[in-house]
Amino acid sequence: MRELTCIVCPMGCRIKVYEDNGQIRVEDQGCRRGELYARDEMTAPKRVVTSVVAVQGCSELLPVKTAAPVPKEAIFRVMEEIRQVTVEKPVRIGDVIRENLAGTGIALIATKHIQ
Amino acid sequence: MEEQVIDIAVIGGGPAGLAAAIAAAEAGVKRIIIFDRQTELGGILNQCIHNGFGLRYFKEELTGPEYAARFIAQLAEYPQIEVKLETMVVELTSDRQIITTSRRDGWKIYQANAVILAMGCRERPRGAINIPGTRPAGVYTAGTMQRLMNIEGFRPGNRAVILGSGDIGLIMARRLTLEGIEVAAVLELLPYSCGLNRNVVQCLEDFNIPLYLSHTVVEVCGEGRVTGVKAAPVGPDRCPIMERSFMIDCDTLVLSVGLIPENELSREAGVQMESSTGGPRIDSGCRTSVPGIFACGNVAHVHDLVDDVSEESRIAGKAAAAYVLGAQQGSEPNRVKVEPGRNIRSVTPQEIVAGEPTVLYIRAAFPERDVIVAAGRHRSKHRIVTPGETVRIMLHPEDVDFSAGVLPVAIEGGVESNA
Repeated sequence: MRELTCIVCPMGCRIKVYEDNGQIRVEDQGCRRGELYARDEMTAPKRVVTSVVAVQGCSELLPVKTAAPVPKEAIFRVMEEIRQVTVEKPVRIGDVIRENLAGTGIALIATKHIQ
Repeated sequence: MEEQVIDIAVIGGGPAGLAAAIAAAEAGVKRIIIFDRQTELGGILNQCIHNGFGLRYFKEELTGPEYAARFIAQLAEYPQIEVKLETMVVELTSDRQIITTSRRDGWKIYQANAVILAMGCRERPRGAINIPGTRPAGVYTAGTMQRLMNIEGFRPGNRAVILGSGDIGLIMARRLTLEGIEVAAVLELLPYSCGLNRNVVQCLEDFNIPLYLSHTVVEVCGEGRVTGVKAAPVGPDRCPIMERSFMIDCDTLVLSVGLIPENELSREAGVQMESSTGGPRIDSGCRTSVPGIFACGNVAHVHDLVDDVSEESRIAGKAAAAYVLGAQQGSEPNRVKVEPGRNIRSVTPQEIVAGEPTVLYIRAAFPERDVIVAAGRHRSKHRIVTPGETVRIMLHPEDVDFSAGVLPVAIEGGVESNA
């Protein structure tokens, strides 16, 4: 049995995960999303990555996030690629800044409007 | 100087001020001004680029700037809300006269029919915890470092030690790591983490950053720039055990040692303060002790979640609107004072008014497992309470006995815990 702290929401439920013969059983999850988190965490843990990128001709930085959680082992490769990115104004929240980040199939999107 | 009369002055354009102003406008208030000293609205949310905001309020996981943008977009629907940026409120009187200064407008005087205090909080600096040693460059509070990295684009150092396990410190441990800055250790004076448990998991454990509980920094070393810190374990009395101290090489020390509500203006206005929260005493309508002055968000008490700030600030906005529009009629409603009991560090609001739906924010004094939280007739079971995570309780009218005059609040029957 493994005890996980759910990171889906601020409740931080302590979830119990049992694994026998490849079967995963989840207990004490507060909600359905907690169960999905626990299953993912046992098989293929994922995280949303957030950072900032440079904006051409402007001292302001653009905050960005991955459009979906990326595999945990890809986090540093994703960061490496985010660091190379420069965008041009204007940018709106949700604009795709880069497709298929570091081969994950997941896009990088803007999280702030910059005029 | 000419004095301008307005209905509601909102001091601070962060999440609290935005939600309060919008709620007041919705309630029909005609002339509202939000004052903020920054160049843009959103307050601290602008530098909180990580996600996890809005799960309760918007049922979506947003980053800080996205959460702020939702409210800023709503402002456009309310022409009765004016925003004065790069404007500092320098004086507030008990009869709600406000003096502001800005580069554009110079000095201005306003007379507000109601004032909503929404100034947020500040970080405790090095001076507040008296760390001995030299005074080199490279010592930052976590929020300052967050601003340097996320807004201004600086790389603050190459190898950091973080003192304190508050949420901003934990978030910055991850942020530094992602940018290739090694985090040698997070030190926490207490025997448990002060941040949300999920942040310990996703910011420290994900990156194998060591968390030293019951440890502190006893000396900052380096001339010109930090070259290291001397750390030591602390005993049960929280005094460092110097014989067991050890050096950690680093060029950066990050302090995440608590937040203080920013209440210089509140004090000046003669608002009664609450020592357990560091903010004004407020009732279930966010009313302070001075009629017509309301307080919400982190200026009233430090919240774990911005969702809670938004919810509370809407209450303040509505109550201020009712005050301005003269909605309250008839006799004064019944009130009870909250009476904190066992294992309670603070309870907000401190007073409950009959007929007002009330959310109680309860902070435990120490961590405990398998407890019952009691508030009036309300009883709820909780697997764990810790000072790092507030307990949020919805009080129903039947939970409160208004004839009793007080509402006892306590955490009972638990097992002391280190988690």
